[in-house]
Amino acid sequence: MTLLTPKTLLVTALTALPLLAQAQTPEEQGLAIAVEADQRDEGWGDSESTMTMVLRNKHGQESVREMRNRSLEVDGDGDKSLIIFDQPKDVRGTALLTFSHKDGNDDQWLYLPALKRVKRIASNNKSGPFMGSEFAYEDISSQEVEKYTYKFLREEPCGELSCFVIERYPVDEKSGYTKQISWIDSSEYRAQKIDFYDRKKSHLKTLTFHDYSQYLDKHWRPARMEMVNLQTGKSTTLTFSDYAFQNGLSDKDFDQASLARAR
Amino acid sequence: MHRIAHILATGLLVASHSAAAEFYQQLDTEWSLEARAFPDNAAFASQSDGQLSVSLLSEWYAEWNRDFSVTIAPFARFDAQDDERSHIDLREFYWQGVFDRVELRLGISKVFWGKTELLHLVDIINQTDAVENIDGEDKLGQPMVRLNWALGGVSLQAYALPYFRERPFAGEDGRLRAPLPVLQDDALYQSSDEQSHLDYAVRVQGYAGALDYGLAWFSGTARNPQLLAANIVNTPDGPQATALQPFYGLLDQLSLDAQYTVGSWLLKLEAVWREQGLLAQVPGQAPQLIEVDYGAATGGFEYTRYGVFESAWDIGYLAEYLWDERNDAADNGFQNDLFLATRLAANDVLDTTLLAGVVMDLDRGSRFISVEASRRLDGSTKLSLELRLFNNIDARDTLFYPLRQDDYIQLELTRYL
Repeated sequence: MTLLTPKTLLVTALTALPLLAQAQTPEEQGLAIAVEADQRDEGWGDSESTMTMVLRNKHGQESVREMRNRSLEVDGDGDKSLIIFDQPKDVRGTALLTFSHKDGNDDQWLYLPALKRVKRIASNNKSGPFMGSEFAYEDISSQEVEKYTYKFLREEPCGELSCFVIERYPVDEKSGYTKQISWIDSSEYRAQKIDFYDRKKSHLKTLTFHDYSQYLDKHWRPARMEMVNLQTGKSTTLTFSDYAFQNGLSDKDFDQASLARAR
Repeated sequence: MHRIAHILATGLLVASHSAAAEFYQQLDTEWSLEARAFPDNAAFASQSDGQLSVSLLSEWYAEWNRDFSVTIAPFARFDAQDDERSHIDLREFYWQGVFDRVELRLGISKVFWGKTELLHLVDIINQTDAVENIDGEDKLGQPMVRLNWALGGVSLQAYALPYFRERPFAGEDGRLRAPLPVLQDDALYQSSDEQSHLDYAVRVQGYAGALDYGLAWFSGTARNPQLLAANIVNTPDGPQATALQPFYGLLDQLSLDAQYTVGSWLLKLEAVWREQGLLAQVPGQAPQLIEVDYGAATGGFEYTRYGVFESAWDIGYLAEYLWDERNDAADNGFQNDLFLATRLAANDVLDTTLLAGVVMDLDRGSRFISVEASRRLDGSTKLSLELRLFNNIDARDTLFYPLRQDDYIQLELTRYL
């Protein structure tokens, strides 16, 4: 659940042209893009941000979730993250600690402030809605290269940019998706759009990324993401503010004591 | 103590120096309106058929320089029927400092130990606020000095607990009470230090892969008092007690709690070994202090199916077995019992959830049924429903027998400010 660490942004991107030329099959091309995108975003260290979700039903009624996110880049494994919930107020003070892994299930602990209880929770609920939103847990978890297989489809214009179109298939059988089609711009390797296909292979949701900014002269982050459910008419807008990188966070800011202390 | 005072002073000094640089505070307040209806005739005269109360919980948190904080959390309830349930408590009032991997907490606070769902056998630091709810999850603030030393996946904790909090009991007018009035202002203690006895505890907790564990030692005053027959009068049927007097013995407890998380399964275990001072009462003689030692355990599983029937609903199945070596003398009433329950979560915008279960006494056939459900009304209001039924309670189930007529349904509206 490393919300929106660089990897989360599904920044599958193309390697430099020579590498692409080496790749023989569409599968190899797709993987090469994913690996290069991942490597391009390495070195962000740690980050903090404030997130706001606006959930809309098909009648346009809205409800709001607010949370704060702290993330730590981990060499050789998935990232660590701590999410502190501020809204709705009945879950205020609840916090979620996640150690994501390249292989196998993530480790997750939930802190319940009323009982002062830290609870290890099962993390194989991939397809369930996060906070009642249109984002599933797997949509906001750390996007490790190893969690998918890939296939390069084509290159085509996307707005003012040119995009690589890549299909990716979840490795985990608990995933709610059979495939995702992503549009990655060829200039900076940023995700621009993703179409999600459900277990019946029907187009379920579309996610679009907006208002990218570059941090530390290297790492691109969107200020807004729009997820629309095509089958129910519901949608969720996720916005990010107060992005801060390299705050000096380390492993000890992501343990059970920090989880219970988180405010 | 000198050193602690020094650390505290240093902490406050550091805090005030950097206050301009990085200061953070938040004030959270919630109030609740709670209504209970008891459909059965009361077991005791003077008890009412309904109960209405309001409660307020506020928490102020201030943080300096990320590593130093103060938390103040007062709680109050006013109950229209039961004077003893109307009470105030300082749930938390502590200073906390983080020195690299060491966390020091000084003041009144709450701590939770344990893994299982129904019975919190291992959890012992805080006294239960028993007038709040019979589920044992509400706790009184406990004065403490607490050190937590984090070493990666393991942490070592040490507690010094300089003051004891007595358990509150429902009054004569309240439902869910003991069969006789409890002499709450006249408790007896094994230790001559009474409430000033210094309790201590140490705990190792951590995780290794899919296993989360805690191993702890506690030495101090028992949180759960023995209720002695008191104010004995002679009646035509012989001598009879007209009140109950709490006795708090000294207790040593070695405990283990563990959870193994694999796929959709949570396997849970809590076990204790205790040595405890009790008063043995023989009619016509002075009570004798005796030492007893015994074991108790509870364990089981929770299995969850996610997104059932092509919806967002999750269904969880829980089963826990409860055992106590003391059999009928078990002071929690669970000596050979089985808890079965189901947990439903809609995962909707309103966060609709339900937990329904039954505890069966496998020796006596007594049943305790509980349903808890809640949903959000809007971003700052929540509605909760609670149903508790005491079914087929055997007279030898001395803990539950006085509650046999106290089935109730409760609605609670909580507003978060």
